[in-house]
Amino acid sequence: MTAAPHFIYMDHAATTPVLPEVADMVRAVTLEHWGNASSVHGFGQQARKLVEEARVKVAALIGARPEEIVFTSGATESNNTVIKGAAEALKAHGERIVITAIEHPCVMEAARTMGKRGWHVTHVKVDGRATVDLDHLRRSLAEKTALVSVMLANNEVGTIEPVAEAARLAKERGAAVHTDATQAVGRIPVDVNALGVDYLSLSAHKFHGPKGVGALFVRRGARLTPLLHGGEQEAGKRSGTLNVPGIAGLGVAAELARRDLDARATAVRALRDRLEAGITARIPHCLLNGHPVERLPNHLNMSFEFVEGEAMLLSLDMHGVVCSTGSACSAGSLDPSHVLVAMGCAPARAHSSLRFSLGLANTAADVDTVIEILAGVVQRLRRMSPTYADFQRKRGMEAAGAGV
Amino acid sequence: MPAYSEILLDHFHHPRNHGELAGANAVGDSSNDSCGDLMRLFLRIEGDTIKEATFMTLGCAAAIATGSILTEMIVGRPVAAALAITNEQVATALGGMPPGKVHCSVLAEQALRSAVNAFERRAKVGRNLKKRP
Repeated sequence: MTAAPHFIYMDHAATTPVLPEVADMVRAVTLEHWGNASSVHGFGQQARKLVEEARVKVAALIGARPEEIVFTSGATESNNTVIKGAAEALKAHGERIVITAIEHPCVMEAARTMGKRGWHVTHVKVDGRATVDLDHLRRSLAEKTALVSVMLANNEVGTIEPVAEAARLAKERGAAVHTDATQAVGRIPVDVNALGVDYLSLSAHKFHGPKGVGALFVRRGARLTPLLHGGEQEAGKRSGTLNVPGIAGLGVAAELARRDLDARATAVRALRDRLEAGITARIPHCLLNGHPVERLPNHLNMSFEFVEGEAMLLSLDMHGVVCSTGSACSAGSLDPSHVLVAMGCAPARAHSSLRFSLGLANTAADVDTVIEILAGVVQRLRRMSPTYADFQRKRGMEAAGAGV
Repeated sequence: MPAYSEILLDHFHHPRNHGELAGANAVGDSSNDSCGDLMRLFLRIEGDTIKEATFMTLGCAAAIATGSILTEMIVGRPVAAALAITNEQVATALGGMPPGKVHCSVLAEQALRSAVNAFERRAKVGRNLKKRP
């Protein structure tokens, strides 16, 4: 397994450690098979063979055909390619893109760019658990739409979206469908046919592959204007010399993810549930953000009333616990997480949120340590919080008023 | 994540003078409506001098450190001199603020002004009461 870090890493939604089998492949390919996969000579064709082997493995992970896999530099490129390129190729269907209000910034910003180019962009609402409002999606499709993009699992709160239902609605209206499955692939079963999507984005480093490599599933027959033009690699869908070591590493990560998917999900879900139960029992005034059930097995996003996320995060970091927050203060902006805002969370709740995303190396002992440390951190910060002091004073007065 | 100075992190992890101040005769709140941070400053003023100061903050590391260092900067000072402290001076004392965090130092300046205003209002009421026959 991976080298044990000197801290407890619970930020796997940000990135995951590269597995030794993956690193071995990347190193071997880098040093021994450095040929250009587009070269006709035998040395180049060795590299080509590695790429095609990886393509089969990535396709198998998501139930696709190998020829439907396009290698990219990661999810940002895959998502930009679809939002800009598929939409462009499909504009005869109507210059309208429908996305959700909780997409990752790389979908949001790509869509905003299309908006500047004169396209109409609709953001479909979500409910308080971050589940996409299918009625709103249906209404949004009243006008002719080229492309619908609904993420498979949200990166902040982990809610798993009803993509198959969304795809059905979109198909009824003749729109093409994309899903950003970056957080889902390798964590839950993903099948492009069960989902009924035309395009799907994934990224290697979210499931123990290398950074800087990902893939885009483009269903056979689905249209796409490339983002990158050049040497016509990847059947003309993505030009540029292939990142053979990264792609081979992604192949290994995909193979291991497919083999171990159930075992990983079961183990990490048990730890996540232990963390959630422990925090809820130990720390008063905390709230779950996201769907209680339809959620990635490794994901836990909670708000801790009367304290702020970045202060918690830095305190936890000092104690060797690594996680993430939706607080504006952490991003250095004044706006809290657009996902929590779209869910209807009050700014204070978004401000006080923490995201724990667990992974393979975490243990039950880690979880118990995190609960202990977090309880101490929240208590320390609440002792400094004027709103907590006010809350306690009010509660004291109510108790006195009740004639206790 | 912003890059914080060693001084700022020290004030965040080991805040000075935090909590409610027993015997405070001036309390002031300030808030940043856009980011949601809140600060409350407690002062004990004797004559013209700030004898004691404590703070409470709901906010990020920069907002907590700001409250902490402000209390150190104003204790023992005449009220007028304390009011002359600018948010830039607070930021400088903390070893600088990351660009996105300047509004946190403004929070401290406003809490101080609010506390002193509350004190002066009360002093005025007190004088008026004494004037009554």
